[in-house]
Amino acid sequence: MPARVQAQDLDSQRRADRRGRHKVFLGMAAGVGKTYQMLREGQAEAEAGRDVVIGYLEPHGRVDTARQAEGLELIPRRRVSYRGRELEEMDLPAILRRAPELCLIDELAHTNVPGLEHEKRWQDVEDVLTANIDVFSTVNVQHLESLNDQVCELTGVRVRETLPDAVLAAADEVVLIDITPQSLIERLRAGKVYPPERVEAALQNFFRVENLAALREVALRQVAEEVEHKRLPTEADPARVLERARPRADRLIGAAAMQAVGERLLALITPQPSSQRIVRRAWRSAQRLGAELDLLWVQDHEPSPAEREQLEALRRLASVLGAHLLVERGDDVARVAQRVAHERGTTYVLMGTPRPRSALARLRGPSLPNRLLALLPGIDLRIVADRSQRRYERS
Amino acid sequence: MTATLIALAVALALALAALASVLSRRLAWKRTSESARGASRILFPFTAHGLSPTALDAALRLARAEQATLVPVFLARVALRLPLEAPLPRQSAVAVTLQEVIDQRAARFGVAVDHRIERGRTHRHALRRTFANERFDRLVLAAAPAGAAGIGAEDVAWVLRHGPGEILVLRPRLDDALRPQARGRPRKPLAASR
Repeated sequence: MPARVQAQDLDSQRRADRRGRHKVFLGMAAGVGKTYQMLREGQAEAEAGRDVVIGYLEPHGRVDTARQAEGLELIPRRRVSYRGRELEEMDLPAILRRAPELCLIDELAHTNVPGLEHEKRWQDVEDVLTANIDVFSTVNVQHLESLNDQVCELTGVRVRETLPDAVLAAADEVVLIDITPQSLIERLRAGKVYPPERVEAALQNFFRVENLAALREVALRQVAEEVEHKRLPTEADPARVLERARPRADRLIGAAAMQAVGERLLALITPQPSSQRIVRRAWRSAQRLGAELDLLWVQDHEPSPAEREQLEALRRLASVLGAHLLVERGDDVARVAQRVAHERGTTYVLMGTPRPRSALARLRGPSLPNRLLALLPGIDLRIVADRSQRRYERS
Repeated sequence: MTATLIALAVALALALAALASVLSRRLAWKRTSESARGASRILFPFTAHGLSPTALDAALRLARAEQATLVPVFLARVALRLPLEAPLPRQSAVAVTLQEVIDQRAARFGVAVDHRIERGRTHRHALRRTFANERFDRLVLAAAPAGAAGIGAEDVAWVLRHGPGEILVLRPRLDDALRPQARGRPRKPLAASR
């Protein structure tokens, strides 16, 4: 039996070995230098002796980008007729026939002309990777499916060419190409991004500082989440087995670094109107920290009609705020909160002011905040006070 | 024998105290739930374009007189390019700020508040969804002055035709609005200003 398991492992290892590695250059907007950086790294790989080709390049008339591509073999585009027009697309069959070690493919979210092998370019890239060819590709953060609505609300611009998040999640490496919004606007004004006739319109619409700053933040968070996701191996993941084999000191450092990556808030609520105050304060904190927010009700009884009404109101509030409402059955709030906090990687717990306890209740054991402090070491606990009750002493 | 009696008495006293504690908590819980459900409710819709303090005070005075719960409803407009159920961080920042302003005023009046946010393609659509989802006895509506954004004359006419329960329409002064500072992004703290 062990021999069979070993053989299976070797087989899956070989299969994994046959797949190319995918590196994605992610940016907040056009003009940040994704294609330039991809070509630069492609040149470095070629100089190191690897067989590198450009599968598809969209230099947008940028001189620096075109210069960076010099010396690299370019697979010619194929011409496709569509509705009486001649269009150019990446030549997937030619790339597969050429079978280089590394292929550079621009604009991962592009939609192909109907009638080609695939609808989307990321599907072409899948074929290239399956053929054991490494791929460098580029994409802007607003093309990610899950961020499309968020970006649309932030910038007012709906991007039609989208990319499933799974493609980015499956990539072996994601590199964020980051510049400040001001620098990007300067590049735009200098004509390095679009031709002069398009600059003014771009500045009036998409390329506003507030848009770019919001997109930059989204891109930074996306990459941070990807890094965190890759650092959290699942039970079935061989990396987890290796993790257990590492010395304890290494594991502790790894865990500490993992926790430092991102914040996640958990607000303890009940189906009462007063919980909305906790949700609002938690959401504000989450916004300031750029963190996800979970709302947890530990259900220890069947909800009354009034509670069901409040729960529905909280569900709608969570939906508008982009928070996640969790209802977990259990008698012990602290224990359930501990489990949920562990499962969701919570770094911050918020709860309302506990009601004064009777002498008998005090005899029975520690209060909820004290129990949470004991059960959730290393997690911040914040008691949300009712500010409308605040009284100032007059001097 | 005496020691056994004393121990029994102590045990009995502790058991009675525990029972009394549990019963009192149950009663308090029931009372809170019943009062939250049974009290009359005054609906008070408002939008991201501002909150009329005059109308809010009128609604709060009415709620205090009737011992009613004020149900302020933030009407969020969702652009057609977004799904109706999409998160709205920018409008949420405005809503949250205005809700806190309402909470503070309501606390001064001693009125219970139960907030709602309702989404719609237009303010009227959000109002229609509110009427479908919420139970209330009265509606206090602050109409926007002519030409100003908010709940306009046509919306008011529609509410008068279709709104259930008693409806009180107030016309605020032109300068009478609490507006969170307009910001491009939702992450900055917003301050209510007059």
